[in-house]
Amino acid sequence: MRRLIAPLAVLIVAALALPAAAQSILTQPTTVKEGLEIGASTSEIAITSDFRGADLTIFGALTNTDELLLAIGQYDVVVTLEGPRDYQTVRKKERVFGIWMNTQAMTFEQVPESYAISSTRQLDNPDDLTGNFDDAGVGIEHLPLNPVGYIPNSGTIVEFREAYRRLKLANGLYQRDRTGVRFVSSSLFRASLRLPANIPDGMHMVRAYLFKSGELISQKEMPLRVVKTGIEQSITDAAHDEPIAYGLICVLIAVVTGWGASVMFRKD
Amino acid sequence: MTVYLPIAELSVNIFIILGMGAAVGFLSGMFGVGGGFLITPLLIFYNIPPVVAVATGANQVVASSISGAITHFRRGTLDMKLGTVLLVGGLAGATAGVWVFSWLRRLGQLDLFISLLYVVLLSTIGALMLQESLRAMRRAKNATTVPLRRPGQHNWIHRLPLKMRFKKSKIYLSAIPVVALGFAIGVLTSIMGVGGGFIMVPAMIYLLRIPTNVVVGTSLFQIIFVTAYTTMVQAATNYSVDIVLATLLMVAGVIGAQYGVRVGQKLRGEQLRALLALLVLAVGIRLAVGLVMTPDDVYSVAVGGLSY
Repeated sequence: MRRLIAPLAVLIVAALALPAAAQSILTQPTTVKEGLEIGASTSEIAITSDFRGADLTIFGALTNTDELLLAIGQYDVVVTLEGPRDYQTVRKKERVFGIWMNTQAMTFEQVPESYAISSTRQLDNPDDLTGNFDDAGVGIEHLPLNPVGYIPNSGTIVEFREAYRRLKLANGLYQRDRTGVRFVSSSLFRASLRLPANIPDGMHMVRAYLFKSGELISQKEMPLRVVKTGIEQSITDAAHDEPIAYGLICVLIAVVTGWGASVMFRKD
Repeated sequence: MTVYLPIAELSVNIFIILGMGAAVGFLSGMFGVGGGFLITPLLIFYNIPPVVAVATGANQVVASSISGAITHFRRGTLDMKLGTVLLVGGLAGATAGVWVFSWLRRLGQLDLFISLLYVVLLSTIGALMLQESLRAMRRAKNATTVPLRRPGQHNWIHRLPLKMRFKKSKIYLSAIPVVALGFAIGVLTSIMGVGGGFIMVPAMIYLLRIPTNVVVGTSLFQIIFVTAYTTMVQAATNYSVDIVLATLLMVAGVIGAQYGVRVGQKLRGEQLRALLALLVLAVGIRLAVGLVMTPDDVYSVAVGGLSY
């Protein structure tokens, strides 16, 4: 029993981790793989119209870590927040008869509309982890961007992919924080992710990845619903769900305003 | 104080929008124009997406035309029959225009097309107005009288078939050019978010030879219904009418217009028209510069796929 109580005391803070970890310790105490658990105070975020962006904090715990490897920083935690997926079209302008117009376009299939990534250390040389990040599709540079339809040549694809990432980083929908994950104790960590002001609503996914010596060994995910609230959102919903009624109201407001003014300012 | 525009999806300064609406309303009251051709480019300069600016502009014109139309209706300077024939063409034109609008939007060429149309339209109108007002100023200086055009002269338009009698206007005219004019204006309404009065009024006077006293009232009658219809269709197909933006513009616009009318009655016409012409030209040139200048980024990204 004592063998069980000691790890439990450590893990009690990370309530989520409890059942799985306790079970694995009971069954195979020596050859267990490192695990990862995450939790957040909420599974739904309501965004009001005056939303200017916020930080989302995710808590997590590592289980069955090797003390030595932990001490020399061989474990890396990466936490991402992926927005709902949709097709994304990148257009390129060129000068035609002196005027700048869109001449080329490329559509990427099902890419997250927003993406925030936080990691434990300053990945000064991301190439260290490139191979593994690529396999896992972790990181802005490694998100699969597959064009749909006719593709002119590979050079163009690279160009459009780079433009896509650059634009998304520029408007804040894609963000990276290379020191966003901090260990609060040897096995507990806290990750902060930035929610941009223009975050899309819908089903987002928090994903946590555990790397050991650059190797992905464990990952966990947790859904996060982003709901926009307030009068502005009701208006957007009405415009899309009841377009005819919405249009009628717009016209009605115009009629009342125009007619009202002519009555109010009537001289006779 | 900022306000969030739910359809344009951006936060704007409420006072800038109100000021824009009031200023354009003031000008429209002063010069008796609808103001759509000024409000839409101004909104575009203020980073409102052109799709939203055009659809919302059409909605705003409904409000600014209604009080004028009521006045003309009371005075009896409105030819219902002529207006209805114009309207038939206008509704068809607006439908075709929205279709073209959606098609250009899918192609990614809508913003360019709207800007190009505005450059052509504003520079033409600005130049014509400037020329006209300069001539008027010169005439005023020389104190010569204006030779009136004789409305009795007929052109090829009056030889077309399908003639109809318009009692109020006291003319006997083919329905074809009337419907065609309405159609053209309807297309402009849905693609540019304008009422089109500044084209329709001269066309009715000089091409169709309709008596001047019914022209403005009848064109306003047609404009109300075509812009109202365009608002509905834009709302239903492109979801691009911003009710918050439209309301702010309309309220500020109708109030501004009332003061514009008062000021306009007191001031001398030629100089003011020259000023308006310069303003229109400046807006056109600013749009043209935007088309020619190297953009900050030649790439742009949009949610959604291309349609094949």
